[in-house]
Amino acid sequence: MERAVQIVVDALSVGSLYALTALGIGLIFGVMRLINFAHGELITMAAYALLFLFGLPVPVMLCGALGVAIVLALLTERVAFRPLRNADPTTLLISSFAVSFFLQRLLILVVGSRLKGLDFLPELGREIRLFGIRLQVLQLATIVVGLVLLVALTWFLKATRLGLHMRAAAEDFRMARVLGVRANRVIAVAFALSGILAAAVSCLIVVQTGVVQPRMGLQLVIIAFVGTVIGGLGSLPGAALGGFLVGAVSILLQALLPPQLRAFREAFVFIAVAVVLLFRPQGLIPARGLRERI
Amino acid sequence: MPAPCRWTAGLAQMWRRAWLAVALAAIVVLIGLAASFAPAVLQRRTTQGLINLVAVVGLYVFVGNSGVLSFGNVAFMAIGAYVSALLTMRPAAKSVFLPDLPSIIAHAQWPPLPGALAGGGVAALVALVVGWPLMRLSGISASIATFAVLVVAYVVFGNWTTVTGGQNSLMGLSPYVNLWTALAWAVAAIFVAFAYQETRSALLLRASREDEAAAQAAGVNVVRHRLIAFVISAFLSGIAGVLLGHFLGIVRVENFYLDLTFLIVAMLIIGGRGSLTGAVVGTVVIAALTELLRQLEIGFQIGNATIAAPAGLGDVILALIMLLIILFRPHGIAGGRELAWPFGKRRCQPSDT
Repeated sequence: MERAVQIVVDALSVGSLYALTALGIGLIFGVMRLINFAHGELITMAAYALLFLFGLPVPVMLCGALGVAIVLALLTERVAFRPLRNADPTTLLISSFAVSFFLQRLLILVVGSRLKGLDFLPELGREIRLFGIRLQVLQLATIVVGLVLLVALTWFLKATRLGLHMRAAAEDFRMARVLGVRANRVIAVAFALSGILAAAVSCLIVVQTGVVQPRMGLQLVIIAFVGTVIGGLGSLPGAALGGFLVGAVSILLQALLPPQLRAFREAFVFIAVAVVLLFRPQGLIPARGLRERI
Repeated sequence: MPAPCRWTAGLAQMWRRAWLAVALAAIVVLIGLAASFAPAVLQRRTTQGLINLVAVVGLYVFVGNSGVLSFGNVAFMAIGAYVSALLTMRPAAKSVFLPDLPSIIAHAQWPPLPGALAGGGVAALVALVVGWPLMRLSGISASIATFAVLVVAYVVFGNWTTVTGGQNSLMGLSPYVNLWTALAWAVAAIFVAFAYQETRSALLLRASREDEAAAQAAGVNVVRHRLIAFVISAFLSGIAGVLLGHFLGIVRVENFYLDLTFLIVAMLIIGGRGSLTGAVVGTVVIAALTELLRQLEIGFQIGNATIAAPAGLGDVILALIMLLIILFRPHGIAGGRELAWPFGKRRCQPSDT
């Protein structure tokens, strides 16, 4: 019983982590059909911001990580993606791939490729007893942060004017512009939001693993990508659901697979994804307006 | 009004079409010949460049004709490398490194060429099975899914200890790949890619690349033609993997992951993903540039001071060039065009019968 609850909590927390990452990617895809590889570098850079600010008060470190992720997100949009706004999705994909590798290699050039230990918020690693079951504070915190951000994002999209603009832009960008939606502003806000999500994921990951290294973001993002595809590219609820499922399933497999097969966890997850896509090539929650209308 | 063609014009026409492959192959052969007079180090680098050329041409067959970017071809390279390694290694060496191999593989000792073809063949077979669900996805989802293929291959090869040695490298491959073998395969890859892109299937696929909706409306089975291109592409990538394994004499799973993927993709994008010429040009330019940057990283002797660029600068510059190319010349150096026949225009009108 206790083990079952622990596994479920574990699956929920890792699931929320991937859901947040997939949401950050899904937001950008929604407004400009860009699969943003560089989202991983936002996470990495935010983690390095924590490393460099280590020793300062925690709120300062958090603000630093947040600031780095947001500024970097806006900067990449301005430099690498705005000039290509009317290009086809593959060109945008290549551009973000190049940005991602450029930032990663630059980081390796400057700080080296070795992983560095970072003991951020060690008190979150404690265990507490809840109804007689031992649980890690960090996992509960991850679930709470995930839920809070999800609710806040939903509120923003549903209840504010800018959120309305963003949903309109995601559905039909050209039409939204014709009706008076400011393209640059909507896209910049989307990138800033993805920066916030990346910073949150970054802090949680750093607390969880206790290390930073230049490739940490890319590994997360590859799995989150698969989450957005299985959820249905272009659909935000789809991205959240897909990311959550991929994370949760990989934890369940880790717990349920016989030990000699555990190392192949990702392979099983992706095979499951391929099977889902065979039956639903548009994803679990297909997006509207994605297919070109003639 | 051009005159109607005589019967010799048909031959001239064929020659003009085949000219592209011959010209590209000639460029590659010239580079190979020039390298054979160079010092041993440069020869080895050229060999590596030619192996990369096979990989880039392999990637081009799918990416160039379908317009869908693939990040998964390095997985097929890994498959080729492991299959050929397992089939060609001496049974004695295998019993030391991999004592738990199934006996059929443990006792096999194939000659190099069948081993290489088997490597490419198994890669193509895997592509057929994997591609069947993947090619049904829309273009951009398919690109992401090919990334998943890469991750799966990495995880499986890195942990399947009884067959691949897992994180331990597979050592003791016969290092039969030298400048001439690599050159021969590079020329062969160019001709295969050329022959494929002259087929009806490739033409239909390129139509879907230009306008998927229109091609579908005209009755093109996009999924099927993408799958055909994917399988041929995987075969060539598999061969490139075989060559890399037998060039280094060692197969490490780390060698077949993100770094190699980035290099191969960057070469194709910088050269121009829309044409075979672009694939060749990109490989040659980036290989030359990488060599130059490597010299910079080693450093130059000026007086008694050595001026060296910091290690890793080469990768940063490569990524930067790729970014600049995609921003300012999205179709790469070749701009999606093939080498043109340099000796004037067609002088006669082919009859329509």
